[in-house]
Amino acid sequence: MVIAAAAVLPLILIAAMTEDRGYAFHAALGALAALGSVFLIANRCFRPGQVPAPQEIGGRPNYNMEPVKFATVAAMVWGIAGFTVGLIIALQLAFPDLNFDLPWINFGRLRPLHTSAVIFAFGGNVLIGTSFYVVQRTSHARLAGDLSPWFVVLGYNLFIVIAGTGYLLGITQSKEYAEPEWYADLWLTAVWVVYLLVFLGTLAKRKEPHIYVANWFYLGFILTIAVLHVGNNLAWPVSVLSPKSYVLWSGVQDAMFQWWYGHNAVGFFLTAGFLAIMYYFVPKRAERPVYSYRLSIIHFWALIFLYIWAGPHHLHYTALPDWAQTLGMTFSIMLWMPSWGGMINGLMTLSGAWDKLRTDPVLRMMVVSLAFYGMSTFEGPLMSIKAVNSLSHYTDWTIGHVHSGALGWVAYVSFGAIYCLVPWLWNRKGLYSLKLVNWHFWVSTLGIVLYISAMWVSGIMQGLMWRAYTSLGFLEYSFIETVAAMKPYYVIRAMGGGLFLAGALIMAFNLWMTVRSDAVGASQREPAPDPQLVPAQ
Amino acid sequence: MTTSTYAWLAHFAQSTGVLYFMGLFLAICAYAFWPSNRARFEEAARTPLRED
Repeated sequence: MVIAAAAVLPLILIAAMTEDRGYAFHAALGALAALGSVFLIANRCFRPGQVPAPQEIGGRPNYNMEPVKFATVAAMVWGIAGFTVGLIIALQLAFPDLNFDLPWINFGRLRPLHTSAVIFAFGGNVLIGTSFYVVQRTSHARLAGDLSPWFVVLGYNLFIVIAGTGYLLGITQSKEYAEPEWYADLWLTAVWVVYLLVFLGTLAKRKEPHIYVANWFYLGFILTIAVLHVGNNLAWPVSVLSPKSYVLWSGVQDAMFQWWYGHNAVGFFLTAGFLAIMYYFVPKRAERPVYSYRLSIIHFWALIFLYIWAGPHHLHYTALPDWAQTLGMTFSIMLWMPSWGGMINGLMTLSGAWDKLRTDPVLRMMVVSLAFYGMSTFEGPLMSIKAVNSLSHYTDWTIGHVHSGALGWVAYVSFGAIYCLVPWLWNRKGLYSLKLVNWHFWVSTLGIVLYISAMWVSGIMQGLMWRAYTSLGFLEYSFIETVAAMKPYYVIRAMGGGLFLAGALIMAFNLWMTVRSDAVGASQREPAPDPQLVPAQ
Repeated sequence: MTTSTYAWLAHFAQSTGVLYFMGLFLAICAYAFWPSNRARFEEAARTPLRED
């Protein structure tokens, strides 16, 4: 609280003194957040008659689920915002007039807003929420700390707001998936360190002798993201009064650092973190043990060992030394094995419970997410092969590949987890309507299929047109001809994105009605009773 | 740094790195497949189902 109070005045000073209006806005936002946290902390700690929450009630752990609830709601809100911005930029590509010649909603500024909103705002909140849930339930211990879990959840979302508004105001360091400037990066580092400490502290308090494999994946995700974030954002600001900074290295070193970061953001944020979700929620929902726990141990370590080397495949045929490119390609191909090992482990967990796919659309969503995981981790190594990459790189094929992973795997396994979590967290008997889950599933699956098949056709066509020569050795097509040829596919892609957004809106309505329905337990007051597991039907 | 120092360091890092990571990974495989760990892991696989 002292730190927060001490931060208010300098932030106001920065807001008053800087010449950059966007930066002034962020400093004011920071001051406001610091003031708000002083108030919240005082209210929580110094209220008369305030006693610390007990660790156990009646011999059972008194789980701290309030931060999880916040992260779940935030994930849904950011998810719908991110999908909407995605639809807008898809339409801007098909109909450029939709840029309206305004800087703030120009494609170049909305595109990082979309990627950050879906990856870091939606995905990040899902990961923080589920990790706090899973680590408590599998350790049989209350979350470590009282203020720190809230600091993580609220601080992370403050980072999201600063990052997102920064893009719209034109503040960016122009590193893909690492666009926020130095001050936002510093803030995220503080939040992330506390996140790691809360997670480790909860594990240290565990009553279970063994640390469950999902927690290993969460830990791998948290640790590696800390290293990646600090490494890729080593930059020096122009001055305290300027949002602009310069990275410490230049040229190909910077490119290699960027894609070491970029690919491991895929490997450890979008893969390891969501595999942790799979290892908890699939067995839980299917009511079956993990198919092979030994495979899960080998899966974890093989994935960790191999992913970290795959980054150079983003820099084929560049100034990066050939041996580094080949190394990146080789490790990408080897990644086939742990990826498919994990997918098989998830799918086989359903052995003996396959009939549930017919009756439980939530489980079906998670299983289809594993199918998409298998498909995109097959496609990825294929695209990392230099000869294939020479056709696919810089084309829409890459966009299609990313979205089969992002929509099919990451979003679907997240939707599955949220559909499970909401009735558990709010003590409801079950979801408001499984029929609506079914609608969500089919509408968004159709959307994904439209999206990725349009991008395959468009991307391969684009690549072939770029490399087509006439009999006299001239390039056959001008660049603008290749752009014009892609228009119909851009329209189909936007339709796919629209369907995916429609599915998410159905989900939000369903969850809203679930929370509004009657609680199962008699008392909803603190301390909250243990959430009961309710079978699907 | 002279070229030969670089070459020596690079060679040392590459060869020991390969041996270290391969050894570590083989040790992990041995741990995962060690017969006496079987019961522990089968118990651990049920962790999500054993709560409350």
